[in-house]
Amino acid sequence: METKETQGCCCGGNKDRFAKVDEILAHYKGVKGALIPVLQEAQNAYGFLPKDIISRIAQTLKIPVSQVYGVVTFYSQFHLNPRGRNIIRVCQGTACHVRGAKAVLKALEDELRIAPGQTTTDERFTLETVACLGACGLAPVLMINDDTHGRLTPETVCKLLDRYQ
Amino acid sequence: MDMVNVTIDGRKLQVPKSATVLTAAKASGIKVPSLCYHPELRPEGACRVCVVEVEGAKSLVASCVYPVNEGMVVHTNTPAVREARKMIVELLLANHPQDCLSCQRSTNCELQDMAADLGIRKVRFDGEKKNLPLDCNNPALVRDPNKCILCGRCIKACSDRQGVDVYSFAKRGFDTTVTPAFDVGLELSPCTYCGQCASVCPTAAIVEKDDTQAVWDAISDPSKHVIVQTAPATRVALGEALGMNSGNIVTGKMVSSLRRLGFDKVFDTDFTADLTILEEGHELLHRLQTGGQLPMITSCSPGWVNFIEITYPDLLPHLSTAKSPQQMFGALAKTYYAEKTGIDPKNIVSVSIMPCTAKKAEAVRPEFAHNGVQDVDFVLTTRELARMIKEAGIDFAAIPAEEYDAPFGIATGAGVIFGSSGGVMEAALRTVVEVLTGKELESIDFKAVRGLTGIKEAALQVGDLTVKVAVANTLSNARLIMDKIRAGEADYHFIEIMACPGGCIGGGGQPVPVCEETRLNRIAAIYECDESSQIRKSHENPAVKELYDTWLGKPLGEKSHHLLHTHYRAQVRC
Repeated sequence: METKETQGCCCGGNKDRFAKVDEILAHYKGVKGALIPVLQEAQNAYGFLPKDIISRIAQTLKIPVSQVYGVVTFYSQFHLNPRGRNIIRVCQGTACHVRGAKAVLKALEDELRIAPGQTTTDERFTLETVACLGACGLAPVLMINDDTHGRLTPETVCKLLDRYQ
Repeated sequence: MDMVNVTIDGRKLQVPKSATVLTAAKASGIKVPSLCYHPELRPEGACRVCVVEVEGAKSLVASCVYPVNEGMVVHTNTPAVREARKMIVELLLANHPQDCLSCQRSTNCELQDMAADLGIRKVRFDGEKKNLPLDCNNPALVRDPNKCILCGRCIKACSDRQGVDVYSFAKRGFDTTVTPAFDVGLELSPCTYCGQCASVCPTAAIVEKDDTQAVWDAISDPSKHVIVQTAPATRVALGEALGMNSGNIVTGKMVSSLRRLGFDKVFDTDFTADLTILEEGHELLHRLQTGGQLPMITSCSPGWVNFIEITYPDLLPHLSTAKSPQQMFGALAKTYYAEKTGIDPKNIVSVSIMPCTAKKAEAVRPEFAHNGVQDVDFVLTTRELARMIKEAGIDFAAIPAEEYDAPFGIATGAGVIFGSSGGVMEAALRTVVEVLTGKELESIDFKAVRGLTGIKEAALQVGDLTVKVAVANTLSNARLIMDKIRAGEADYHFIEIMACPGGCIGGGGQPVPVCEETRLNRIAAIYECDESSQIRKSHENPAVKELYDTWLGKPLGEKSHHLLHTHYRAQVRC
């Protein structure tokens, strides 16, 4: 499996593609400080923030696209690449670290053949790390979508994946 | 102006209420060391090197962003301040590549100077180093994000001064970088290659692409005839990079140094500046007389040409079709000069010394080539020439002045003022008015268009016609003019636009650091060159006259059209 590059280009393409973002932008017309809510809603609509959508937002809000890119890359909530149908968030907090979180993460990286922050080419999984999930009693722990799984080992973690298509 | 009383290092001062602690200290002769602060850009308060002690404040404050207050007592030189400053610079050095000895900005680097000033003898910390790729896929500039100290000056030079907004901070924490949108190279961003980012960068994170080795190679190739042209603004700035004060006119020393470096002929871009005036002046007359597209706008600043091609492509018909002086020279070098000297154009290497990084990109434009050879082979900035002079061991202070070679070394005062904002306009008016009226001008000084003001306007009566002109420098001012034209609100006939502050004298390839005082000194030197010229009108240049009489025919003639004019195209960057 390989990682997917950022989709889309700002040089044109399908006009209907912008219908959703234009609607969001119209809703925020004249509103001060609209950038972050617009980005959030656009990400909800498109699944991630493709280049052409970011450029469209920048152009409409009259903010330099370099600055919008700065905002998008500053916040970890925004994504420039397509996201998987299932989001795996592996805890790397202190308690999990002590109880082998690194090995759990490594097992997932090897199994999915992607690094943290990347998505499988079939867009089934996105692998991420988090600093603490607040479930230290279950360390090492991870979440897949809204499910929490604890007391993992490199062996047990890979078996979990079948449940998520 | 509202004033407040402050005490800085025991000295009681009255300073403007709007001052910051740093500017107040500076005005009273106290230098607070600073790094991210730049006197011409909005302060960022990013690096904290300028910290000082303010009595009553909980901690040290960054003086570049801290406003003064009535009764404030400041100490800029206490043990706590010195220790904090030093620590901050040490931490910057911990992440900085330790390659000062071989760095392009060595001995001209603000970080290096700071470390030296603060007496840092050992970098106590070995921090993580960045390992980001160079941005070097364009002909003009090289960005090394590993040398970036995140001061933010380039961001502000590009946005506030130029209105181009190429850069922004991206990501965060240790991963923070300064980058164009989507982390693309400059060639895919709206960058005009003006180089203003490079001229404010305190380190070697943004520098001109160094082409000195290619020029050395050409000079040492016996089969090549290497000729060089020097732009007007280089002669009033080169000295700064070689230990002289700003405002020194070093034309003759530059000529002799270029001969010493091994160039076969040393010519002057001022000559083709005069030629530009004849072509562009007649183009303006033609447009005025035939109802052509007005206002006509100058096209000699390649940063400006890139800007209009990228940002205002719908207004390209306003741009004069005259090539820039650099490219007129290049075209003549490989045709007229080759014919006259009997040298095969393939064996002529044409080099230009420019105050400009965008000239490097102009020279490689595909339309500026004939039979597979570029008209201008290599462009060196003033800074690169200074490095070659140093490398060759030339004692610039001692070298005697020499004269340019004929025929392209003969130029007028009108040619030299191209180096300063308003100069092309003034030179054009000196010629156009005389051609239109058939009478000699009483005064050839058009002082209304001179100086550093962002947009200058003037109107003058020429026969029945009131000619309205405007002169803009920096691209943010160009934007104001272009928006006016787009809205149909500009009733000018002729507009001069230069991408850099003060025109070419403030170009992105000129010696650094540069401030307003430096620019004013360079401008004064340019007009001194003009006033001391025997001939001060382009159409009276005897070498230009001879060129038309014996070879070109007439301005806007067929040969001129082919060799000295060009066309423009919209540039799509994404």
